Amino acid sequence: MKLELLINQKIYALDVAPDEMLADTLRSKGFLSIRKGCDTSCCGLCTVWIDGKPVLSCTMLSFRVAGKAITTIEGIQPEAEKFARILAAEGSEQCGFCSPGFIMTVIAMKNELKNPTEQDIQHYLAGNLCRCTGYMGQMRAIKTYLRGEVQ
Amino acid sequence: MFTIESLHQPQTLSEVKQLVEKYPDITVLGGCGFLKLSSRKIPVALDLSRCELEKIHETEQHIEIGAMVTLRDIEKNPALNQWFDGALPKAVSHILGVQFRSCATIGASVYAKYGFSDILPALLALDTQVELLRGGRMPLVDFLSKPITRDVLTRIVITKDKRRVSYQNLRNAGADFPLLNAAVSKHDAEWKIIVGARPARAEIAVQASKLLTSSAYGTVDSGTVAMAASMELAFGSNNKASAEYRQAMCQVLVKRAIEEVLA
Amino acid sequence: MKWVGRSVSKIDGVAIATGKPLYTEDLTVPGTLVVKLLRSPHAFARIKSIDVAAAKQMVGVECVLTHQDVPQVRFTKAGQSFPEPSPYDRLILDPIVRYVGDEVAIVAAVDEKTALAALDLIKVEYEVFEPVLDLSSAIDHPSVVHPETDLHCNFPIGLEQQRNIASSHTVEVGDLAAELALCDVVVEETYKTQAQAQAMMETFRSFTYLDQAGRLVVISSTQIPFHVRRQLARALQIPATRIRVIKPRIGGGFGAKQTGVCEVYPAIVTLKTGKPAKVVYERKETFIASNSRHATEFKVRMGASHDGIIRAIEIVGLSDTGAYGEHAPTVFAVIGDKTMPLYNKTKAIRYQGHAVYTNKLPGGALRGYGATQGTFVQESTVNKLAAELGIDPTEIRLKNLIRETETSLYYKGKKLGSSSLHRCIETGKSMIGWDAKFPRIEQGSKVRGVGMAVTMQGSGIANIDTASAEIRLNDDGFYTVLVGSTDMGTGSDTILLQMAADVLNADMDQFIINAADTDVSPFDPGSYASSTTYVTGMAVKKAAEELRCKILEQAAKVLQAPADQLELSGEQCVDPASGKTVSVASIAAAAVVGPDHRQLSAYATFGSPVSPPPFVAGFAEVEVDKETGKVTLLDFVAVVDCGTVINPALARVQTEGGIVQGIGMALFEDVQYDKKGNLQSNSFMTYKIPGRSDVGIVRVAFEESYEPTGPFGAKSVGEVVINTPAPAIVAAIYNAVGVQISELPVTPEKVFKGMQQKS
Repeated sequence: MKLELLINQKIYALDVAPDEMLADTLRSKGFLSIRKGCDTSCCGLCTVWIDGKPVLSCTMLSFRVAGKAITTIEGIQPEAEKFARILAAEGSEQCGFCSPGFIMTVIAMKNELKNPTEQDIQHYLAGNLCRCTGYMGQMRAIKTYLRGEVQ
Repeated sequence: MFTIESLHQPQTLSEVKQLVEKYPDITVLGGCGFLKLSSRKIPVALDLSRCELEKIHETEQHIEIGAMVTLRDIEKNPALNQWFDGALPKAVSHILGVQFRSCATIGASVYAKYGFSDILPALLALDTQVELLRGGRMPLVDFLSKPITRDVLTRIVITKDKRRVSYQNLRNAGADFPLLNAAVSKHDAEWKIIVGARPARAEIAVQASKLLTSSAYGTVDSGTVAMAASMELAFGSNNKASAEYRQAMCQVLVKRAIEEVLA
Repeated sequence: MKWVGRSVSKIDGVAIATGKPLYTEDLTVPGTLVVKLLRSPHAFARIKSIDVAAAKQMVGVECVLTHQDVPQVRFTKAGQSFPEPSPYDRLILDPIVRYVGDEVAIVAAVDEKTALAALDLIKVEYEVFEPVLDLSSAIDHPSVVHPETDLHCNFPIGLEQQRNIASSHTVEVGDLAAELALCDVVVEETYKTQAQAQAMMETFRSFTYLDQAGRLVVISSTQIPFHVRRQLARALQIPATRIRVIKPRIGGGFGAKQTGVCEVYPAIVTLKTGKPAKVVYERKETFIASNSRHATEFKVRMGASHDGIIRAIEIVGLSDTGAYGEHAPTVFAVIGDKTMPLYNKTKAIRYQGHAVYTNKLPGGALRGYGATQGTFVQESTVNKLAAELGIDPTEIRLKNLIRETETSLYYKGKKLGSSSLHRCIETGKSMIGWDAKFPRIEQGSKVRGVGMAVTMQGSGIANIDTASAEIRLNDDGFYTVLVGSTDMGTGSDTILLQMAADVLNADMDQFIINAADTDVSPFDPGSYASSTTYVTGMAVKKAAEELRCKILEQAAKVLQAPADQLELSGEQCVDPASGKTVSVASIAAAAVVGPDHRQLSAYATFGSPVSPPPFVAGFAEVEVDKETGKVTLLDFVAVVDCGTVINPALARVQTEGGIVQGIGMALFEDVQYDKKGNLQSNSFMTYKIPGRSDVGIVRVAFEESYEPTGPFGAKSVGEVVINTPAPAIVAAIYNAVGVQISELPVTPEKVFKGMQQKS
């Protein structure tokens, strides 16, 4: 089916299958930050924003997001880099494979929650799995980021 | 992964009705989280996301939740947080992460009648009705007891009453399915005790609820009622836990829920 | 300039974190064929017939291969130095399938949908056999998992094919029965550990194509490029000169990618079709058809005198290598090698048993590589012994553990070079608040308990791991470091540069690193066995030292001063006597112009006769719900001796990550098969790795020692950190509620039932 998708503030005229998931559409258009880690909607690697809110692009049918604003990490590189530098200072990007989805969720949280507690942060990020870091360094980086310190 | 041959995106419920009549085997698309796990070949799919069903509407007497409302919407909704001790937001907040809850829809979650559901016990503890396109409105408990018929769930309607509600669940890992869950509500003098993920679907412990309702506070202790609930309901074994363990945990969760309501 | 000891950010960190296309799948090209594998639905069967005609006729299908189309030479997928100790028991496709998920056919098509549709069209007729699904009854089972006549071993590993024994192992010193008889107390326990999944976020994947010379190029998410080159040469029966293996950024490994799981499938497609091909495993395939930690069953006996001196230890049991023997003999050996030397007051020890074949997912390498299983069974028994004797678990360890310069029965006279383990225990004790919390604090319906364990690992494989490094001074005065080690997110590329920059007294941004490409890199076994910092690090350090000498020799000619008087100070060579300087850049430029010059470079190789153990003392504080049996981990303290800490931030994250992976094994990661041999825990829905709210607080401290054989005094850290959580948590549960869990993982139900049996 033919539709237009607004991806990172540019309009893409696309022909997608009705069963095509947004993650596949995005990867096919060169947004290679989108990764699939689980196939069962529970790892968070493929997280993008729809109208600013984090969703699983692997579980979102592409036709459903026509008319909405889709944001991938490619679309917010300056802010993503700002947090990535803090994350890297903690060594907590490690293999980096889950980082784009994680960073998209962290920035969405920053935009959505005011002064989140550690528990709020854990709850908001419960859908982002990481096998390398053990999560502690990610929490340190998030706290630094939320304090607004630039490294 | 499922495949879709043709897709319909009606804009009104009357269009939906026509489509359902025209294609008896039409498949309604929910959040697709569970559909995605199957390799179903769907000849005709129905998308309800343009039918104004993605809103939570508060009236004088009810809270109406459209079928396409996401679990994340429920979690964040001020009215649902304000009423019923926030039991519904609390119940959905355990389900995976925000990204998943932003995809999963209430309509599909209820319509599929999942045994492991966190939502059904909480909804059963409330005065909840489901609205079906063809079947009309009916209490949730009636809907759950009927075999799945081909219909389209359009809304969940909850009566705004001043009941106290407690939702309890036992999980091993935080983002895992519940080993068992329970909800208990008290509306005026009437108690309702619900236990889910047994692993069979959530069910009201009718006798235990009556026992608690008929006894003035102080004459029956919560442990006795919890024990009654665990004797009344059936429990099964799966990879997560055995029937015996679930039965024992039923006593713990129900007791805790009653005590939380009384607190 | 001092780089060693600083928390330098990973050189690739920001790029990978912000989603740049640097991983295997990102590097594929348009027109790449998609490879899918038809997998066996049976745990044990023979393929009677296989009909691929319909699949081949499908438009878009470019290649369909069965066991009739592949070379009939057995090989191992285990990534180990040649000659590999793992048996050559595999074919690319075999007429016998040995577990649910074993490969039956290879299909390549223009896209994924077509490839999957073609799989559905292949008709296979199986003769189904009774599978071997239970570890304890595998030996002498009527079904023989490997009946073939051409299985080959490079060493006598104690393989007995007809009995389903993949390898046998015995280490025995002293008279065990006599020593146990002399002991005042003997404790005994039987343990089971599960086949934990590595569960790295990037599943297995490889991309292959033919280059301008018709050579096979393999871009792969692998820890072992050189071993993959050798495996492919044998499996595909082509010379190694025709193969190039490149490792891009990889999304985690944890040992899973120390086995050449998937490379051969796109490789054979590319050879047959001449076209680029890729395989990207689904998560389910990664769970059911790759490799995992070896499940084990062990019986431990441990004897001590009244005063708590451990006199005798016996560990006897089995490990489950599944359908193929990858890493079977070596993992089994490590279970004893990396545990029993800890308690060196022993007069007799015995470690004995077999790795056995079953019709299950093959075993493989997973961080810890046997030491994890060994630590669980030995440390749990030490905790049991301490309870029996009424001695504090920390005290019994301080009394019995090996110290620097001491030897052990296991070491055959070799002495321990470095250890701060006793200090690690003292520090950990104070961090967790042991004295105030041991054994338990009651809190109504909940109770808190503390428990602890210690562990050791190695640093590289003694007398086997040998790595080389080359460092070049380029014409513009900057350096290129060439190594074959495989940074899988750990930051090894960064720390190797920290070491080189320290020796050459230069800024880190004066260095580039190239790793790993078998056409370019010096040989390295790859990143496994906790080897990269220690083995490759030493090679880099030696190469940098040699290059430093060469630069100063050139400077000496310019400055007309003896080279040994000169100093290398960043961008300048300085003669302190005269104050004269010459820049490294000018030496570099001069080296590549005109006759009688040669570019300055240095090449060094390092292998070690010892594998110095790093140590960890791990402490857990748990809260047990007495009504439900649910265990909540509140706090985990890990105090680590990895020698000199090269990069504190990265060492800390390695430790935190390893601890959490160990917590997963202890509390959440349940491996479940059905009666037909289907692995049911085959997704992140059914196999729960820890999420961020499951792990409490993990706190890490370092107690540095100085390892005389290591670069800058460093040892390893990557693996040792996974070993203590299971025994420490299990001990904390015991101390809280008196329930001894001997089968992992702990579940609320096991704890609940244990409490019921007690009361």
